[in-house]
Amino acid sequence: MAVLLLAEVAGGELSVDATAKTVTAAKALGDVTILCASAGCGGAAEAAAKLDGVVKVLCADDAAYGHDLAEPVADLIVSLAGDYDHILAPATSSAKNVMPRVAALLDVMVMSDVSGVVDGDTFQRPIYAGNAIQTVKSSDNKKVLTIRTTSFDAAGQGGSAAVESIAAVANPGLSEWIEDKVAQSDRPELTSAGVVVSGGRGIGSEDGFQLIEKLADKLGGAVGASRAAVDSGYAPNDWQVGQTGKVVAPDLYIAVGISGAIQHLAGMKDSKIIVAINKDEEAPIFQVADFGLVADLFDAVPALIEEL
Amino acid sequence: MKVLVPVKRVIDYNVKVRVKADGTGVDLANVKMSMNPFDEIAVEEAIRLREAGKVAEVVVVSIGMKQSDQTLRTALAMGADRAILVVAADDVHQDIEPLAVAKILKAVVDEEKPDLVLAGKQAIDNDMNATGQMLSALLGWSQATFASDIDIDGDHATVTREVDGGLRTIKVKMPTIITVDLRLNEPRYASLPNIMKAKKKPLDQKTAADYGVDVSPRLEIISTGEPDERAAGIKVADVAELVAKLKEAGAV
Ligand SMILES: Cc1cc2nc3c(=O)[nH]c(=O)nc-3n(C[C@H](O)[C@H](O)[C@H](O)COP(=O)(O)OP(=O)(O)OC[C@H]3O[C@@H](n4cnc5c(N)ncnc54)[C@H](O)[C@@H]3O)c2cc1C
Repeated sequence: MAVLLLAEVAGGELSVDATAKTVTAAKALGDVTILCASAGCGGAAEAAAKLDGVVKVLCADDAAYGHDLAEPVADLIVSLAGDYDHILAPATSSAKNVMPRVAALLDVMVMSDVSGVVDGDTFQRPIYAGNAIQTVKSSDNKKVLTIRTTSFDAAGQGGSAAVESIAAVANPGLSEWIEDKVAQSDRPELTSAGVVVSGGRGIGSEDGFQLIEKLADKLGGAVGASRAAVDSGYAPNDWQVGQTGKVVAPDLYIAVGISGAIQHLAGMKDSKIIVAINKDEEAPIFQVADFGLVADLFDAVPALIEEL
Repeated sequence: MKVLVPVKRVIDYNVKVRVKADGTGVDLANVKMSMNPFDEIAVEEAIRLREAGKVAEVVVVSIGMKQSDQTLRTALAMGADRAILVVAADDVHQDIEPLAVAKILKAVVDEEKPDLVLAGKQAIDNDMNATGQMLSALLGWSQATFASDIDIDGDHATVTREVDGGLRTIKVKMPTIITVDLRLNEPRYASLPNIMKAKKKPLDQKTAADYGVDVSPRLEIISTGEPDERAAGIKVADVAELVAKLKEAGAV
């Protein structure tokens, strides 16, 4: 069986963590070929070739693929699909944009956010904000899936796959990129960080979030947020953790001023150790917390930074 | 310009989901059902476009059980002009897959000829995040997913999308499909007079067979189970104890 894996490439660079975790899911299905589609993706392709268990890397270096526009990337994948039984990508925002389009063009169903591989036809995925896990068996001749990266360990380094350049296919020209607003940060990436400190509505202001950032920096962690904190403008959208935001599973997750709605829990309840700081002892977040501290966050967080 | 908004009837987002003991699915009998929250945002955006004079008609469509007519009435009460119900299931536990929904929607688009489809980015029941993208593929249209800002200007739309790295703005050719994210707007509540008015608005009823679409699932549900439970935790008395526990666990 042959697997095509769409690598996550951001700004011309391989997102190693997301791609390597998807490789682990893919290896269980067959020989893995990685596709890097981007503008100037040669470096990404070289990096992908080093992932353990990868047989071949295809590099489609073309301006049309520079900004993850769904239509040209989907057409490229469909042009390659004949050789593969499975087409996978990590469940990132760019893959969620493109993979259902690929599936529909191939007249197959997509399986989103797959958290377990049972066999070549059978997969597990969370539904209802992770309150249930469904096992589904696909009758389609090709399987198109996105992989929930927190459910798989990263494939190691040490591979030496051949890199092959491939030509772009015709661009349907339906959309064009205008601009990105991406905050640069020295912090680790949220979905792969070992420590995540998240703030909720209880933080009360954008300034207040500096407290969360300070604690995160003290621990070398990433910063997350609840939807309410993002909606209120305390935190940027790409910090949202939850059912409809990012899914994280760090070694340590600290939830500060977050009540613990099911939609938030969906994005963090697989973390190894969960700490909750909340002044309401009835807050549902305490039901999933290993260590709960009932306290005013404006007292507790500065004290915590001090003691660490 | 005409806008089509697909809306789905799903379990209310406040309801705690229960997995059936026999592992056949989630118990949806006698639970509160509502419009998928993302679809509410799509309906709201369509109405705002009409209020801004950019759109002449807002048509809402729902595919599912007969009871989805209630969801359509909610959309009509918010301000949509007309509704189409496509009955494709007779049991609340039967979820029509995004591919089949997209095929039915394509047939509706072929008939209604909207210039824009505004859809929710994801349904909070199956969490697939797929229907809009699939419909766009079947129509050969442009797509702009996860929108937090939409500006329609003649033959194109400029859309800001919420992506993993932050915000990304793209320009898409019309006709187009836009799927909406949480920050696009805050949906209005329907007022009582508008709920009354909505009862008189046109609601056409069709079936999947009318459109010649086979809705048989491609994915067979083998089982539905509970997620792993977390072991119960403890409350700590103060910050000092918290730090001690974290050190003990090797977490800091
Ligand atoms: C379709 C849909 C999708 C959603 N997706 C997501 C998602 O992806 N992620 C997400 O997070 N949410 C999501 N939500 C929203 C979710 O339902 C909750 O509304 C949200 O998570 C609440 O955020 P919060 O806990 O910060 O705010 P609140 O629920 O308001 O909780 C604030 C908490 O802060 C505590 N607090 C206040 N002041 C202090 C203080 N000084 N010290 C200590 N504690 C204090 C309070 O006791 C309270 O528990 C979604 C909702 C819908 C409908």
